[in-house]
Amino acid sequence: MPAASDAVAAVKARWAGVTDRASLDHPAINVAASDLLGVLGALKDEHGFDMLVDVSGVDWSVGASPRFTVVYHVFSTGGHDYVRVAADCADSAAPEVPSATGIWPGADWHEREAFDMFGIRFTGHPDLRRILMWDEYPHFPLRKDFPLAGIETPLPDAEVVAETKTGAIAAPMMGGPFVAAPGQINMTEAEPRAKDESWTERRPKPEA
Amino acid sequence: MVSPNTELTYDSKIEGDVVVTRLDSAVNWIRSNSMWPMPMGLACCAIELMAVGASRFDIARFGSEVMRFSPKQSDVMIVAGTVTYKMSSALRRIYDQMAAPKWVIAMGACASTGGMYRSYAVLQGVDRIVPVDVYVSGCPPRPEALLDALIMLQQKVKKEPSFSKLFSA
Repeated sequence: MPAASDAVAAVKARWAGVTDRASLDHPAINVAASDLLGVLGALKDEHGFDMLVDVSGVDWSVGASPRFTVVYHVFSTGGHDYVRVAADCADSAAPEVPSATGIWPGADWHEREAFDMFGIRFTGHPDLRRILMWDEYPHFPLRKDFPLAGIETPLPDAEVVAETKTGAIAAPMMGGPFVAAPGQINMTEAEPRAKDESWTERRPKPEA
Repeated sequence: MVSPNTELTYDSKIEGDVVVTRLDSAVNWIRSNSMWPMPMGLACCAIELMAVGASRFDIARFGSEVMRFSPKQSDVMIVAGTVTYKMSSALRRIYDQMAAPKWVIAMGACASTGGMYRSYAVLQGVDRIVPVDVYVSGCPPRPEALLDALIMLQQKVKKEPSFSKLFSA
């Protein structure tokens, strides 16, 4: 079985747009969205990377361009090695990449999750529905402009809403975002702390 | 034949085969000693709920060993675990299908208040969609805590007018 670095070199030689990507562990490449399926297919069929481990999205923040990147981790069960493949979405307003479900059927639910959380559309996906939030949910929760507490939204079941007069609310964030950053507190002894404890549910948040 | 000890309890030889009581207390006595739970196990609290049903803690001592997975046959819904917004509509529908009179125990921090999940996806307390009778603290609560909640609920049932909840939602 060829090593991951050989596979990456072969892919780079064949597609001009493939470039190296900074990585602390496994070989990683940047791929244009148009070449994505060709590269993933070659990694699987010619280089033995037969297992798709993960498909995830990255939101680089609201103003960034490109804003969204899709990251694939593929594993070679023969060579015991990973390759990371990243593809930027050209359109930041309506991010879109081709679906890998034709290469690995297991990409189905990974892509549904990335669609659910980031709103990245996978063209050619057989059943691109939300997988975690309910179908009518209007937001994409892991985008950078989505608050952790959530946004007030009606529940999907109209009868339950009529009966209970309630919906999804912004969760109370007493003391602000809770963090457990290394060095800030002793992680073995303490719970995650609020970044700013000057305000609580009893003391209102000071105007910034 | 005269006995020096006055017998104060019910004596069928004197009074016949009749027991006199208040209807409320008889109905509530029957109800409270056989509350069939609807196990709404949604997260790790459900594991503790299973422990309550198993031999070491034995919820049968309190007449609630018959876990009914059909809401139509159950009296008390034990909400054990994190209720997401996506699940909340289903939970309310199951509650609606239970026959009155019915009660709800919110087991653990998540069911009571949303717990550690201050997030966009989690219902911040199951009392926002169903009326809760007893809250149990803990994450997850010990089995004894749930048994205590069940005893508290039994005492509550014994005090309420037996026909007050027949037609309530």
